[in-house]
Amino acid sequence: MFLALLGTSVLVFFMIHMIPGDPALLIAGIEAGPEVVEQLRRDLGLDQPLYKQYWSFLIGALHGDFGTSIRMRVPVLEEILERLPYTLAIALGGTILATLFGITTGVIAAVNHNRLGDGLVMVIALLAASTPSYWLGLMLMLVFSLSLGWFPSIGIRTPAHYVLPIVTLAGQSGGIISRMTRSAMLDVLGQDYVRAARARGQRESVVIVRHALKNALIPVLSIVGLRFGNLLAGTVLVESVFAIPGVGRLLVDAVLWRDYPMIQGTMLFVAGVFVVVNTATDLLYGVVDPRIRVGAT
Amino acid sequence: MKSQALSRFRRNKVAVASGMVITGFVVMAIFAPWLAPFGPLEQDLTNNYARPSLENPLGTDELGRDTLSRLLYGSRVSLGIAVSSVIIGVFVGAVLGLVAAYSGGVVDSVIMRVMDVMLALPGILLGIAIVVVLGNGVINTVIAVAVFSVPTFARLVRGSALAVLQLDYIMASRGLGASGVRIVLAHVVPNSLTPLIVQSTLQLGVAILIASGLSFLGLGVQPPNPEWGAMLSKGRELVRSTPVAAFAPGMAITVLVLSFSLLGDGLRDALDPKLKHR
Repeated sequence: MFLALLGTSVLVFFMIHMIPGDPALLIAGIEAGPEVVEQLRRDLGLDQPLYKQYWSFLIGALHGDFGTSIRMRVPVLEEILERLPYTLAIALGGTILATLFGITTGVIAAVNHNRLGDGLVMVIALLAASTPSYWLGLMLMLVFSLSLGWFPSIGIRTPAHYVLPIVTLAGQSGGIISRMTRSAMLDVLGQDYVRAARARGQRESVVIVRHALKNALIPVLSIVGLRFGNLLAGTVLVESVFAIPGVGRLLVDAVLWRDYPMIQGTMLFVAGVFVVVNTATDLLYGVVDPRIRVGAT
Repeated sequence: MKSQALSRFRRNKVAVASGMVITGFVVMAIFAPWLAPFGPLEQDLTNNYARPSLENPLGTDELGRDTLSRLLYGSRVSLGIAVSSVIIGVFVGAVLGLVAAYSGGVVDSVIMRVMDVMLALPGILLGIAIVVVLGNGVINTVIAVAVFSVPTFARLVRGSALAVLQLDYIMASRGLGASGVRIVLAHVVPNSLTPLIVQSTLQLGVAILIASGLSFLGLGVQPPNPEWGAMLSKGRELVRSTPVAAFAPGMAITVLVLSFSLLGDGLRDALDPKLKHR
């Protein structure tokens, strides 16, 4: 995880520095005289060798200093933290909904293997996994807020505002988790101990929930962890659709405005959370399944 | 062996149907100028946000451009980006994977660690990062999606190359004096082909999703280019005024992406029955 985080920081840092153009010139504006630009360059440390710049960027980032936004003239981290609650709420809500949907439908499909229920669930899951989230968002908005008026369409003021973005975000992952659960359940249902449980005369519901699902959940769990990171990145699209002032929207605006410190900060922040969550999932995997221990081999 | 795979594929109705759908989109892309009633950039400001009619079966957008025509021309852009980015991704990924597998040691670790870092970033984020560096536009969108595809293919090719390289006949061929390049090209590449074909098909769908997502955000293909994602960038206004015009491009993306993933699954089952999933 440490390596991945370090690699990400190198990637983000050098990516920004590969951009043609002089950030000092950009900040100072076109009318600024050469001495002003030179001064700014010194202040920003841009006259230092690249590895020194990277070092101070890294040390700063570790201390929570991501620099100052060029456009908004506020510390990058402050702005991120201010917008984070919206993004986190949607991403968490989306993950929970996708997991509930995925596991329920996946189990239904596996239990009804090769029957109508299975086919139906798989069609829905595949459709959900193939639909672009921003378009799903627009269509949900069309049906549930513009036509039926059940939910507000844009903004994020009341709890009702969260419903459509969360459903939108959950769609793709819900489909993926559903397929995953189904195949894990099918694997487990063919195992001897499930047959043994049935032979002992256990009720079918007990067999499915206690014997099969419990074991099928292990691979599913790792997918859920991976999906959370993807959902976090997916907020970039969903926040644009629903005009939510979250971190995703912040990143897109920063790119459109060429606000480099902000791009660097948000990118590193989202990627960092993504990497940390994935590692946490790996560790949790070991807790749930004692056969797997990270670093044991 | 090939004919067996073909007959297995033919029996899979879903895969055949998705292959036909994709062919349909390709035909649409090629013959767009003949099929489309209007040009993709033809504006009619007196007829903007028009509801579907005989003249504009899918309505018009904010500048009075015919949605159906733009959709038809858009298949060129979307398919073109997906295909070219996946080809680049396969090529670069395969070269990196082969070099890593054949060299081993430090070269292998360095290449694969870099791939790991790239895989550690969510696709859309990596795409945005590349667009930040290169700027937007069609070519840069292709590059962004290609870079995103590289690590997947590098891993895949490295994996199957490693599996092949340790087989006895490679040792025999080396003993007969075959050069490294010859071993890789004559033995490793053909043996990695099946998973590569399957993964490329699946990746085409992913590429379409990422490219259209970038364009929707205004970071990929720029308006007035009729890319499907870019057509939706004015989404909210479009949904309010001409729902059909907002519905059509997304539906096209969904159907195409779905077809690619079903075709990929079908190809896997047909080409490699051992991997058959239920």
